[in-house]
Amino acid sequence: MATLAPTTPWTSAAKDDYRVCGVTTLKVDMHTERLIIANAVMAVVCLLLGGIAALLIALTRWQVFHLLPANWFYRLLTLHGIDMLVAWIVFFEMAGLHFGSTALLNARHAAPKLAWFGFILMTVGGLMVNGVVLVDPNSSVMFSAYVPLKAHPLFYLSYILFAVGALITVITFFINIVTAKREGRFSGSLPLVVFGLMTAAILAVYTLLEGAAAIVPAFFWSLGILKNYDPGIYRNFFWGFGHPAQQVNLAAMVAIWYALAQMTTGIRPVNEKFSRLAFILYLFFINLGSAHHLLVDPGLSFAWKAVNTSYAMYLAVLGSMMHAFSIPAAIEIAQRAKGHNKGLFGWLRNAPWGEPGFAALIMSMIIFGWIGGVTGVTIGTEQINMLAHNTMRLPGHFHATVVGGTTTAFMGFTYYVIPLIFRKELKLKSWAKLQPYVFGFGTILVSLGMITSGLQGVARRHWDITFTGVVPGTVNITLAIMGIGALIAVTGGIMYITIVLASILTGPRLEAENLLLTSGTNNPLLESTKLTDEMMERPQNQPKGTLVLVFAFLVWFAIYYLSNWWLLGRTWFIK
Amino acid sequence: MLAPERTWWKPLGRMEKTWLTVAFVWCIFLTIMMPLWYFMGKQNVPTETYRTTTEAYGAKVNAFVDQYTVGKDAATGMPIVAPPAGSDIYLRAMKWQWYPVLQLEQGETYRLHISSMDLNHGFSLQPVNINLQVLPGYDYVATIVPTTNGDFTIVCNEYCDVGHHTMAGKVIVVKK
Repeated sequence: MATLAPTTPWTSAAKDDYRVCGVTTLKVDMHTERLIIANAVMAVVCLLLGGIAALLIALTRWQVFHLLPANWFYRLLTLHGIDMLVAWIVFFEMAGLHFGSTALLNARHAAPKLAWFGFILMTVGGLMVNGVVLVDPNSSVMFSAYVPLKAHPLFYLSYILFAVGALITVITFFINIVTAKREGRFSGSLPLVVFGLMTAAILAVYTLLEGAAAIVPAFFWSLGILKNYDPGIYRNFFWGFGHPAQQVNLAAMVAIWYALAQMTTGIRPVNEKFSRLAFILYLFFINLGSAHHLLVDPGLSFAWKAVNTSYAMYLAVLGSMMHAFSIPAAIEIAQRAKGHNKGLFGWLRNAPWGEPGFAALIMSMIIFGWIGGVTGVTIGTEQINMLAHNTMRLPGHFHATVVGGTTTAFMGFTYYVIPLIFRKELKLKSWAKLQPYVFGFGTILVSLGMITSGLQGVARRHWDITFTGVVPGTVNITLAIMGIGALIAVTGGIMYITIVLASILTGPRLEAENLLLTSGTNNPLLESTKLTDEMMERPQNQPKGTLVLVFAFLVWFAIYYLSNWWLLGRTWFIK
Repeated sequence: MLAPERTWWKPLGRMEKTWLTVAFVWCIFLTIMMPLWYFMGKQNVPTETYRTTTEAYGAKVNAFVDQYTVGKDAATGMPIVAPPAGSDIYLRAMKWQWYPVLQLEQGETYRLHISSMDLNHGFSLQPVNINLQVLPGYDYVATIVPTTNGDFTIVCNEYCDVGHHTMAGKVIVVKK
């Protein structure tokens, strides 16, 4: 049976500088603690910058307001993409990697100096790119910066600094794990959450290397040293970075899902083999998905596109569908074992809906899977992509995955990082209870507004689509839905940042005594160790409700997917 | 979050097996749909591509316009070009126009060449909603059959600098 970490001192470390967490009994290296705090603070700063941009660009595309002039729209759209898709999420993931490779393994941070060096590079790169985009009118080139659209050389240099910093941090993750193993901090296999973070870290290595392959030549090209840079080759390399970067998010988010589920409902993974296999599928197949961005590019064959876009055989999708079963099933079993056994969904009715971490988990899973996953697979189908490429359906998809999915989960996790790592009391708890719902609901509207606009032909990254009267008047309604959703989501974002700032900036340092924030004084993490195989295998504890939910999901998936083939069949003949 | 027990390699439960099988079958279906449509469907992503240069492609567009121009678009002053059915037709993307205006016949086949003279552009034919990426240096050939008639707009849906949203072109499809 799984056990919590023992609290014997570290004998082999040069200097013992750690504390023992009163709630989890895990050892927290003080270097790790400071690194997590620094990375988390930068993450929130970037979220704030990107969030301000989000509000202004949403109010521009919402036709009623059409707020910004065109040049500022494109400028802030560039900023929004970089701060949200890269800076906020990667800083948060780096905090997660430091946590996973030390505290969860009962181990010390083996390379704190290197980790700080990585953090400084990322911070310089992250702040510099914001500065360049804001100051230089020619650097509004979007997150993707397609060659031959040329930004200031410092723009590319910021990307490089950020990426090198991230790569260094990822390397310290591996150093920590190897050191922990060598020093006997843990025995046997890595915990599942660390295994998931390891998947993210491995994906991150080749993501960042491909980023270098795209951006380093672009840097020399912007300086005039490299004369020609083929735009097709650039797109291939760039998306070798841009899309896998989101797969890193995916793996990290799923790891956080398992963590949140365990911390709020005391789950034990139903079958470690099943869950680990799903992560392995990500590792091998998911980066083929970079090709999704090139499906209607010239110069590539059908076979190349079809093999890549299907991740060999949708095996990465299979990985996600496995997690989609195994996490709710684990929650259902844990809930049923507690006696919440009534009917198919009694376990769900009695779930801790008022606990911020659980609320964030559920919102994240629903939005990621039901909207993000289904639309992603559909528009990533080779032929169907012709209907969707560069329309608003694209941002509609990834606002469901990256915002509704990853960001909501990370926000929910933050509420536990504050008492356990920052060692500050979480303030505004009643806000924290509501925040995942507000943010999630807003994101759902943003996403649906974008998808329905895109279905009517509205282009993404476009200041004003109504100019020629080509799109039907109904886009005013769908764009308004997106705008209203953005206002709600931004409200959720402001709530989050207010809670974080109010908690970390006020009040004394306080050792946490309780794991749950709002829903009780019990410790689900400890409870999960008492869940025996026999309890999990009892017939009345089987996850029947989850099976119904995943089959409902599959029906919805099939309807959406097949209706897109029908739509494609109605358009002009083309080959 | 906790270390698993020593031996975690255990057989899957009945429900896990059921879901894994069903999900895997669905994945195979998703995989098969693409080649199936490739051979049976009438809407496939064009793959025919030639290397070109902006000079060479520009010259082809000019020759094409000189040969088949039938009038001038009232709003933009751009030539309206009516090529014969079955021929190669040339569309040029540049900051911030699609050139020229094409006049096609419904139900006829055309080999539509698209290339860019400067940046990435996005060919987005509305309200038909066919979208293709346009790159400089690549002559991308789409064999198309307009199945509906009327006036259609080509929107640019790849960001191409600050005038991007002003870039719109026109295709006219007439009944035979």
